[in-house]
Amino acid sequence: MRIEIVKRPQHSALFSALSPFIALFLTLIAGAILFSILGKNPVSALYSYFIEPLTEVWSIHELLVKAAPLILIAVGLSVCFLSNNWNIGAEGQLIAGGIAGSILPVMFPDMQGWYVLPVMLLLGMAGGMAYATIPAFLKVRFNTNEILTSLMLVYVAQLFLDWLVRGPWRNPQGYNFPETVQFNASAILPEISSASGRAHWGFILALIAALLVWFMLSRTLNGYEIKVLGRSSRAGRFAGFSAGRLTFFAFLISGALAGLAGIAEVSGAVGQLRTSISPGYGFTAIIVAFLGRLNPLGIIAAGLVLALSYLGGEAAQISLGISEKSARIFQGIILFFVLASDTLIYYRIRIVSRAGDAVAKGA
Amino acid sequence: MTGTTITNGSDKPLLEASKLTKIFGTLKACDEINLAIGTGEIHSLLGENGAGKSTLVKMLFGALQPTSGDIAWKGQKVTVTNPAMGRSLGIGMVFQHFSLFDALTAAENIALSLDERTPLDTIATRAREIGQAYGLPVDPEALVGDLSVGERQRIEIIRCLLQNPDLIILDEPTSVLTPQEADLLFVTLERLRSEGKSILYISHRLEEVRRLCDRATVLRHGKVVGQCDPRSQTAASLARMMVGNDIHVIDRHPAEAAASTQAALLEVRGLSQKPRGPFSVSLHDINLSVRAGEILGIAGVAGNGQGELFEAISGEVLQERPDIIRIRGTDAGRIGISGRRKLGAAFVPEERLGHGAVPDMSLTNNLLLSRHSTDRKVFLTGGALRLVAERSLALATSRIVTQMDVRKSAENPDASALSGGNLQKFLIGRELDRNPSVMIVNQPTWGVDAGAAAHIRQALVDLARSGSAVIVISQDLDELFDISDRIAAMVHGHLSESVPIEAMNRERVGLMMGGVDHSIAPENAGTI
Amino acid sequence: MTMFEAILLTIATAATPLLIAALGELVVERSGVLNLGVEGMMVMGAVAGFAIAQTTGSAWLGMIAAILAGAAFSLLFGFLTLTLVTNQVATGLALTLLGLGASAMIGESFVGLPGVKMEALNIPVLTDLPYVGKFLFGQDPIFYISILLTIGVVWFLFKTRAGLTLRAVGDNHTSAHSLGVPVVRIRYLAVLFGGACAGLAGGQLSLVYVPQWVENMTAGRGWIALALVVFASWRPWRILAGAYLFGAVSIGQLHAQALGIGIPSQFMSSLPYLATIIVLVLISRNKRLTLMNTPTSLGKPFVPDR
Repeated sequence: MRIEIVKRPQHSALFSALSPFIALFLTLIAGAILFSILGKNPVSALYSYFIEPLTEVWSIHELLVKAAPLILIAVGLSVCFLSNNWNIGAEGQLIAGGIAGSILPVMFPDMQGWYVLPVMLLLGMAGGMAYATIPAFLKVRFNTNEILTSLMLVYVAQLFLDWLVRGPWRNPQGYNFPETVQFNASAILPEISSASGRAHWGFILALIAALLVWFMLSRTLNGYEIKVLGRSSRAGRFAGFSAGRLTFFAFLISGALAGLAGIAEVSGAVGQLRTSISPGYGFTAIIVAFLGRLNPLGIIAAGLVLALSYLGGEAAQISLGISEKSARIFQGIILFFVLASDTLIYYRIRIVSRAGDAVAKGA
Repeated sequence: MTGTTITNGSDKPLLEASKLTKIFGTLKACDEINLAIGTGEIHSLLGENGAGKSTLVKMLFGALQPTSGDIAWKGQKVTVTNPAMGRSLGIGMVFQHFSLFDALTAAENIALSLDERTPLDTIATRAREIGQAYGLPVDPEALVGDLSVGERQRIEIIRCLLQNPDLIILDEPTSVLTPQEADLLFVTLERLRSEGKSILYISHRLEEVRRLCDRATVLRHGKVVGQCDPRSQTAASLARMMVGNDIHVIDRHPAEAAASTQAALLEVRGLSQKPRGPFSVSLHDINLSVRAGEILGIAGVAGNGQGELFEAISGEVLQERPDIIRIRGTDAGRIGISGRRKLGAAFVPEERLGHGAVPDMSLTNNLLLSRHSTDRKVFLTGGALRLVAERSLALATSRIVTQMDVRKSAENPDASALSGGNLQKFLIGRELDRNPSVMIVNQPTWGVDAGAAAHIRQALVDLARSGSAVIVISQDLDELFDISDRIAAMVHGHLSESVPIEAMNRERVGLMMGGVDHSIAPENAGTI
Repeated sequence: MTMFEAILLTIATAATPLLIAALGELVVERSGVLNLGVEGMMVMGAVAGFAIAQTTGSAWLGMIAAILAGAAFSLLFGFLTLTLVTNQVATGLALTLLGLGASAMIGESFVGLPGVKMEALNIPVLTDLPYVGKFLFGQDPIFYISILLTIGVVWFLFKTRAGLTLRAVGDNHTSAHSLGVPVVRIRYLAVLFGGACAGLAGGQLSLVYVPQWVENMTAGRGWIALALVVFASWRPWRILAGAYLFGAVSIGQLHAQALGIGIPSQFMSSLPYLATIIVLVLISRNKRLTLMNTPTSLGKPFVPDR
């Protein structure tokens, strides 16, 4: 038996819409198999993974807390990936944003007032942008592969953060823990509805960002330029678009959004800067971007799904004794199935039996 | 026309195909084709683009599997499962789009198609010997990417001969050669015939088929429509068989009187440029000027700098000084492609998918590709937001589709879903739609069926006659003679002086393309 | 053993995983496939190697498990990119993300357990030779395998018919297909080889370099291996040079940290990553040269017409 694929003359609108659902369905099946292998009842495992976290209000708040950075980053990444700029260093840009945004509350803790938070958010975006400029500049000016440079910069950012919170920014009263002072109240991103849970304004910012970027991508010449250059740089040049300028644009947008995610996480979810401010949101957002089919509206949904997998991992650890790291396997598997399902959009898949093959080879 | 096997003397045909059929999706590329090739004959397979010639020979060679039908080789029924099997039977193939590897040497390229494991040194020696014997000199150590098209073809042919085949299939071999190079190829082929080899010669060029071939099988729309001795036919009768009854004649009505006296609309002065990629060509002091009302044809074998010249004039590549390119009197050498379009210029590149159009984008989106800056008032709204006006785009698209008779299967299909001819009509129509005063087209009818080609050529002539300046870069000499007012030739990045069509003939243009005509000399350029 | 000898030995141990993983990826890329999942395959090799060695007590069995794990993991990549023609960049990233996640979960119960270290050679007389003895005759078996592998890859790519075919596939898959070369099969084999190499490199990490299991213990080495392939302009000998250069940088910064020269350790630790960026910039500055060396069909999808 052999699998053959045949290009469709026209891409299939049906499968464009269906492919994320096919991928999710296949992921659930794979999950069920995985849980069976681990000796757990697959139905109850999947229930505690994907349903249980949605049954309580506080845990829906947690879902939004986790979805906010994923959506923010993935929306920026969609601009990058659509324009064929492979920024995979969003985790580093998130850290850079978290650091830059924390300058005010850590170095000038006496500053208090309504202006502190907006300045922090702007600094966070600026930090992410500045950090994303490095791979963009190296790509445009020196033709250096942005995948490798943006990724290397993640390690550099993590080490820099580590130095910062163990060294100059360490809380002098913090019993030597690697963390900064607790931010004062005016430097904390407020909760949406503090009575019911922890969800903060980061999620609202994520929704706004997704809507704005969706509008740009689907309605404006800018969005058109992104899609043209991403699919064919030569046709883009023929249209008079500049690939170099777009590379900067894409990295700046995604850097800004990753930086915003960073400072929103620090100021909204954590309340201080620590060595680990993100459980790999910058990488998980790559999965979110693809599961959302690089469409910001789809990314909102995909961000919620991936956030659910984090919560599900925690829930499964408590109720079933499965390691919460199983969530990362789920996330990886989702991306595989998304990519595989996308094949159906452009190709028909045929299964050729070995028997038929043998006949052809006989004679 | 079925099954009449003619065998040129011997009792059995060397190769006989019966009822060979190939279906791609819903398209019948080959429909019950019967073909018999005798020993020691040059058999021509005639047909225009899209008639099914390439599909047929790919099945004979094993590169494609037939949907149904049989192939008999030396009287035995065979199934050619892959090209290696074709080679071991004794079928050699010289591809139209060469199947060579740029990053490998000539000897390595040859080694790849030999099935036995011969050391490279031996291959190099044998390649030199065969090259000498058949008038095909090559350097086995040379990197193929650095070679000219003619040299590459020699490697293909030597590669084929080294396998000592009984049948050699050549797919449009002269489409990349100057007339003089083609003559040398014919000598080689006649010599092979005299040694008892059979040759299947695929072409749409009638004159060379009449001159060279013993028999011809004519294909149209995937079916055999005739078999004949081409020497007993006229070019006109062969053409009728090939394209049916609709033979298109281009109407070259005279330019309006005012046009010829006007100043040049497009001028290129002293354009020189270093190669930009590993295998690209440098340009040397190119000068040309085109006036309103005329078509300047630029002949040349592929890979002599035509693509580079196109990108320099279009503004995809900028020049060092503004005055190197002048469009309607404005120095445009430092202006980008959008700016040059705003000056009234329009461009249609050689590669349709991936240069002139984005393959997986719809026609309306592809319309915007070259029109967003010149027609921004029509296609963009919302001021600084620059919103795409889908409705205006749809209107303009349907206008172009009607104007150019673009046949499509859906309301707004992806560019890649159109056939080559229909997409090219759309891309030319996209530019004509804004009445450009300067238009440059690279290979306007490459791979386009005869009906669409005639439509496109007529549209270009009409554009020029309405007062625009047109440059047509083409490898197809017939096309250039059909529509040009003057013809120049490109070779090794040099452009010859142009010669009025009245003073031009095929031999002269051939010499110019080969770089032997005196008018190529770069020293006396700048005098056009 | 002198200080110099010791440093030389540690450099070799640090360079070996980079060398092996990069050689594997070189063969993959020479066939026209870009597998960005090296990090994922490597970390799977590391965890599989450690787990099997820990359970069986045999470092060699662990090493074989590492190779198999890397190869099996690469097959997943091969199925997606070669059979289903998915985007190679995205699929490679997926492989890395899945590998890091899966290895973290598999390895959870092995954290903190003592590992099984693969023993170094000890040949009487030869190993005791002054200066060069330890380096030439006193290292672990994987070091010798890595050198043989380098020679083997050079010989394979440039002296064998199969190597020529593989380079042809990477240069122009359409031409190769029309000559009857089984493009997809060759690429599968190349991807498998790359996976096996990445797995072996991971096994070296958890069985030779630091015989224990730590989550994410590859720490970007898979990515550095990818950078090495670019740095080496797709030539095996230059990979050898590059791997030892990077080995020297990472060992150098460790020694500098130990000497306590006053620079924060985090800054020293980022040196290998910064060095990767700098080297990439230097090598890719000349666009024309880079284009000339890059396999032409690298990363491009291939669907044979039938």
